[in-house]
Amino acid sequence: MPTRPFDDTAPSAVELERRAYRRRQTTRSVAVSLVSTIVFAALIWLTVVNTPGFERVRQSFFDLDVAIAAWPRVIEGLWVNIQVLAVAVVGVALLGTLLAVLRTLRGPVFFPLRALAAAYTDLFRGLPLIIVLFLVGFGVPGLELFPRNSAQFWGTIALILTYSAYVSEVFRAGIEAVHPSQRLAARSLGLSHGQTMRIVVLPQAVRKVTPALMNDFVAMQKDVGLISVLGVVDAVRAAQIETAQNFNFTPYVLAGLLFVLLALPMIRLTDWYTARLRAREQIGSIV
Amino acid sequence: MTGGAREAAAGIRPASTDAVLRLQGVRKSFGATPVLRGIDLEVREHEVVALIGASGSGKSTLLRCVTLLEGLDDGQIFLRGDDISDPRVDADRVRARMGVVFQQFNLFPHIRVLDNVTLAARRVLREPRASAEARALELLDRVGLADKAREYPDRLSGGQQQRVAIVRAVATSPEVLLLDEITSALDPELVGEVLDLVRELAAEGTTIVMATHEMAFARDVADRVVFLDGGVVLEQGPAAQLFAAPREERTRAFLARYRGA
Repeated sequence: MPTRPFDDTAPSAVELERRAYRRRQTTRSVAVSLVSTIVFAALIWLTVVNTPGFERVRQSFFDLDVAIAAWPRVIEGLWVNIQVLAVAVVGVALLGTLLAVLRTLRGPVFFPLRALAAAYTDLFRGLPLIIVLFLVGFGVPGLELFPRNSAQFWGTIALILTYSAYVSEVFRAGIEAVHPSQRLAARSLGLSHGQTMRIVVLPQAVRKVTPALMNDFVAMQKDVGLISVLGVVDAVRAAQIETAQNFNFTPYVLAGLLFVLLALPMIRLTDWYTARLRAREQIGSIV
Repeated sequence: MTGGAREAAAGIRPASTDAVLRLQGVRKSFGATPVLRGIDLEVREHEVVALIGASGSGKSTLLRCVTLLEGLDDGQIFLRGDDISDPRVDADRVRARMGVVFQQFNLFPHIRVLDNVTLAARRVLREPRASAEARALELLDRVGLADKAREYPDRLSGGQQQRVAIVRAVATSPEVLLLDEITSALDPELVGEVLDLVRELAAEGTTIVMATHEMAFARDVADRVVFLDGGVVLEQGPAAQLFAAPREERTRAFLARYRGA
């Protein structure tokens, strides 16, 4: 009898057995995690429900009727947050990049610019955002130098000032992470300093720090809620007004949930992008 | 400079007017460490010059000074008679006249191979994209990499990447091609394909200055071999002569370490 013809695509008996084992393992671990999750959730639920004050807390924090009543106002406020966020993101991207590039300038002429940028990032990374909001929101209009602008406008400015300092540091780390030979290669092709920065260094730097930048974006997404301290009727302020009217805290929970929903897509996107980046790096690239 | 070096340098050729590159008394220190201690060197049109010497002898520093990536402490460098070491010259314009390939990290990983090759033509020489790309594709085709034109550099092997880097360097028709140990970071089996390309360019009459550890290659391709030692040109001569009968004891000792290897 001739033996089985050689076939390099059919898996061997050993491999088939391994695969069967892996399948059994997968089924088992899914089952275990399911059961463990259910038990864990049930335990927490029972503990919370059986606390002495649970009924009162449920009424004052999780009242569906109050939530429905507060919905229009809170969602209108959230729209204000989204507008502020949209403007602030563009402002932070511009100012952050500018600061980072200023700090990488070489040459004695640029010393004042470098020093200014460094002092700026030191100051605004140290200052609590809420203090910046108060100073900019109440202080700058007090100068009566500018035409009267809304609290929303100055709130946006305060956000841009603070977050640019963080983002510029992230950018700078990215710029410095680009291998110096890349700059040499670009310069030896005859590209000027500006061209080297624009065409070669910045695109690579942005790619390197995108996960960190996305994370800062997520952080800013919820910090836009702080502009309510200036009296802007955003989601947080709207929830506060509703709460004061009904003596019920449910609108805060509603606003919080909405902020989480707003952030979720970006959080998922960040995770996905980071994973993709890691996978790409593991393919192994020489350059 | 030692007496032997001066004799060797002076004995080769009288200063000629068709020198593409001329170095005069070039000095460079890093902090308290002198790396180049008075280099005189001349490279004529269509000449292939190999710089050899131990690590730290100043080969790479010499090339980096020529490309103005490092400033000089003293001396002058002329490119076709123009003093490019003069601080008043526009360094970017000078660099655009040279082609440079380094040991590694040459290609820009975020743009395609074709864009890498055409970048200098488009951004520095302001050539229209269509004609730059046509010429780049022709060059890539000649080195057998036309099918990789639309790929990103990290999809290419190290040898392919270096060949693209060389193509990128010659795409702008530089007056001199400077190669800084371009095969040192490659797997041994990939060295051949890169050296073959250099050999071809040399045969076509490209003026080349290369720092190299590939002695067999230097003997094969170089018209002249320059031995750097302790920051000076200790000995130079036609490749065959320098390898067969080095005059200096230190040259002999250096070459002995490569024999039989």
